[in-house]
Amino acid sequence: MLCQRCKKSGATVHVTDLVGEPKELHLCEECAEEEGIRVKSSVPINTILEDFIKHQVASQEMSDLTCPECGTSFLTFRQQGVLGCPHDYEAFDKPLTSLIAQAHEGATRHVGKVPNKASSTQKKQHLVIKLRHQLQEAVEQEKYEEAAKLRDQLKELEDK
Amino acid sequence: MNIDELAQRAGEWLSGTGPQSDIVISSRVRLARNVAGFPFLSRASESQRKELLRLLCNTISNTPIGSRVTFFEMETAHRLDRQVLVERHLISRQHAGGQGCRGVAVSEEETVSLMVNEEDHLRIQSLRSGLQLGAAWDEVGRLDDAIEAQLDYAYHPRLGYLTACPTNVGTGIRVSVMLHLPALKLADQMHKVFRATRDMHVAVRGLFGEGTEALGDFYQISNQTTLGKSEEEIISAFEGSVIPGIVKYEKRARELLVNERPALLDDKVFRAFGVLENARAMSTEETLALLSHLRMGVNLGRVSEININTINELFVQMQPAHLQKLKGEELTPEQRSVIRAETIRKRLSRDN
Repeated sequence: MLCQRCKKSGATVHVTDLVGEPKELHLCEECAEEEGIRVKSSVPINTILEDFIKHQVASQEMSDLTCPECGTSFLTFRQQGVLGCPHDYEAFDKPLTSLIAQAHEGATRHVGKVPNKASSTQKKQHLVIKLRHQLQEAVEQEKYEEAAKLRDQLKELEDK
Repeated sequence: MNIDELAQRAGEWLSGTGPQSDIVISSRVRLARNVAGFPFLSRASESQRKELLRLLCNTISNTPIGSRVTFFEMETAHRLDRQVLVERHLISRQHAGGQGCRGVAVSEEETVSLMVNEEDHLRIQSLRSGLQLGAAWDEVGRLDDAIEAQLDYAYHPRLGYLTACPTNVGTGIRVSVMLHLPALKLADQMHKVFRATRDMHVAVRGLFGEGTEALGDFYQISNQTTLGKSEEEIISAFEGSVIPGIVKYEKRARELLVNERPALLDDKVFRAFGVLENARAMSTEETLALLSHLRMGVNLGRVSEININTINELFVQMQPAHLQKLKGEELTPEQRSVIRAETIRKRLSRDN
């Protein structure tokens, strides 16, 4: 489809104007910009995180959270942006979980590398999580053959 | 190996030999790791930092590359030496300017550097020329395994590798590719890149990473998400779609310039060439901008008498700390501008 305005470039911006008489607009990026249509700009993730950390209206309960191991409070973390020790991830579990999900496209679970030293049950657990994740992706991308293979692998693992 | 020797060389990652090196300058993969049983650095005492530095240096020495790395302690290193390491992308600006006991191990070929006590206890990076993320990941992964065999990392069954900042948690991986995009910039089309990268959850930054401007049309593209995807997924997305997509934009913009606006292209290229050959004093910013245009001219065959390696080398050698190392003394900005122009004139006339 060609841009309605310049009739030269392909239309990549499609707008349905609902104010007044409903009408549809199909424009190229350049014309859209000239028409003053802002193409949806998502905010970089670091900014989201910064905002979240600085402006989150923390409940009393959250501000009172302090890590028993290193003494860092959730408030300090919000001010500095860095945690005090690995145990903070447990101590601040509740508020951190939603923050982590926001920073990582909604993810709350690691599906990558596992230390070689991890126990075999932990490794198995990770493999199951990883396979489930791949299965979901395969289904979303309509790669059904691959999905079937992954499903078999999962079943085999769970039967063990 | 010492910093003075380093400063004379070009570094593997700027050799300009890797795949797609006309547009892809370098590929970098780094992992953030912390040692179990220690607080993160914001809570570590000076003696704990010392202990971590000693422990990690020993551990690195016992890896297969242990005999081929050189350690530099940041606290005792001269300001200029630290700056040379930043300009060669071997340490971050934060590490150079930071406080307390901290260091870096650099491999002979400069493809690997391990920062100790930066934001995390350990940051392992591999840097390669051109698009070589797979090779960089293999190298970093092997090193990570060799270190993990000797100590325990802070690791959580659900969250993965634990990092000081929750934006790195999970894999702790940061994949960055440095691209040279002069044609997109010239055609005022960079907004396409920004738009595409936002949709793909990747960040675009300047030459030296976070908070730096895109000097000389160099842009660093890096992943934002470190949790919920495996390392391989992140790398294959970069190698398979994110980077090729941007490279294609730049190629198209270059073709358009060559086919439809050759006079504009040549004007930019030869003006840059002319100034670089004749100027008597130049700032870093001006030099980067001009070298960028000349580089594009060489890559597009508009300028044949200059070797691409010469330009790649100059990008490193013309930076402030490198110039001062070359002269062997500290220089004022004005003195640097003069030496910079002189160095470039000499180097270009050697090719000519």
